Amino acid sequence: MSARRLNFFATRKGIIFAGAIIGILAPILQKLGNPPNMGICVACFERDIAGALGLHRVSVVQYMRPEIIGVVLGSLIAAHLFKEFRPRGGSAPFVRFLLGLFAMIGALVFLGCPWRALLRLAGGDLNAIFGILGLVVGIWIGTLFLERGYNLGRSHASSRAAGWAMPGIMLAFLSFLILFPQIPGQEKNGFLFYSVKGPGSMHAPLLVSLIVGLLIGFIAQRSRFCTVGGIRDLILFRQTHLLSGAISLLIFAFLTNLVLAQFKVGFENQPIAHTMSVWNFLGMTLSGLSYTLAGGCPGRQLFLAGEGDQDAAIFVSGMIVGAGISHNFGLASTPQGVGPFGPHAVITGLIVCGFIGLTMREK
Amino acid sequence: MSSLVDARGLSCPQPVLLTIREIKKVQKGEIVVLVDTDTAKENVSRAATSEGWNVKSIEEDGMTYRIVITKE
Repeated sequence: MSARRLNFFATRKGIIFAGAIIGILAPILQKLGNPPNMGICVACFERDIAGALGLHRVSVVQYMRPEIIGVVLGSLIAAHLFKEFRPRGGSAPFVRFLLGLFAMIGALVFLGCPWRALLRLAGGDLNAIFGILGLVVGIWIGTLFLERGYNLGRSHASSRAAGWAMPGIMLAFLSFLILFPQIPGQEKNGFLFYSVKGPGSMHAPLLVSLIVGLLIGFIAQRSRFCTVGGIRDLILFRQTHLLSGAISLLIFAFLTNLVLAQFKVGFENQPIAHTMSVWNFLGMTLSGLSYTLAGGCPGRQLFLAGEGDQDAAIFVSGMIVGAGISHNFGLASTPQGVGPFGPHAVITGLIVCGFIGLTMREK
Repeated sequence: MSSLVDARGLSCPQPVLLTIREIKKVQKGEIVVLVDTDTAKENVSRAATSEGWNVKSIEEDGMTYRIVITKE
């Protein structure tokens, strides 16, 4: 049977379209209530989810973000509709957990995932330039390991139920939101924590956030959108397919910010950002290396988890636990600068990821 | 005589990496690449085309895609 189906989203136009959708919808979410230059940020929103569950108790970053739930479920729906739901797992799970953990530690030193790095730049935050440069260097280091034979080993087909585990958790998270909605002025309802001030208190209406998440998850599953893959493929193969999606995100977010009067250029007083360039750079170097060793950016890991990939689900879990660790142990940055142990954690992470890159080979 | 690249179960970018490595090694002829996700199928086909190879056929057999690429 010929397996060649026409997938518009897998074309150059398709990936540019996917980047444009995220680039346009993120600033609109910001306009509708999400935090500034954080219309959608996988790392920040997983951190808020960790806060909502009480895995850390930083009162300003606690919210069960419907965008993350939507992204996984949107991918799940697309994967089922197009017969691409393939439950699989077992490729060095604990190593992937550690990579997720350090990816988050690096992301919270910079204050953002690759999507938010682009969204920050598109909003005029020039500190993001150091983050993006760090990301590129981290990915470049990752490609050196890949060229030397780095490999986490093969995954294997698993039961359908196992493939549903992460989407199932997201459905549970959604039910928590509905069972225990936010009560104005209160920090807790049921076992779910909410922020009454700070970025965690800023959010678009639940239904809007969920629908945008579903849409992004659906389109990104079809297009295989991946920011880290874009830079990696350029370095490794001189291919610009995935990169054109990331550039599209940047350009469309910039244009949407101009239209919505959300563009403010400079280094100082940028929202939810600090000006310590060295740590913006090194935080994202650590993240970039972790993402590359794990096979894709944090958004892509969510889409894969929606397709039944349990190795990606483990990476996502590592990121959520990493957010708890970052905030409990003073590793995460604030707008005032890096946390007391942030630099130590970044250096430790670079050493651990370097060790993983050097030692993991397929037997 | 075709050579075989078994990239089943490997995450990005391994399927493309292994295919391009094989392309560089054999220079021309026929390579059979086995993958087990649609993403890997698309990526391998795209990479082969951009390296000047022709995607001769893609067959689906259960959970496996068998991609045949050729260059004269």
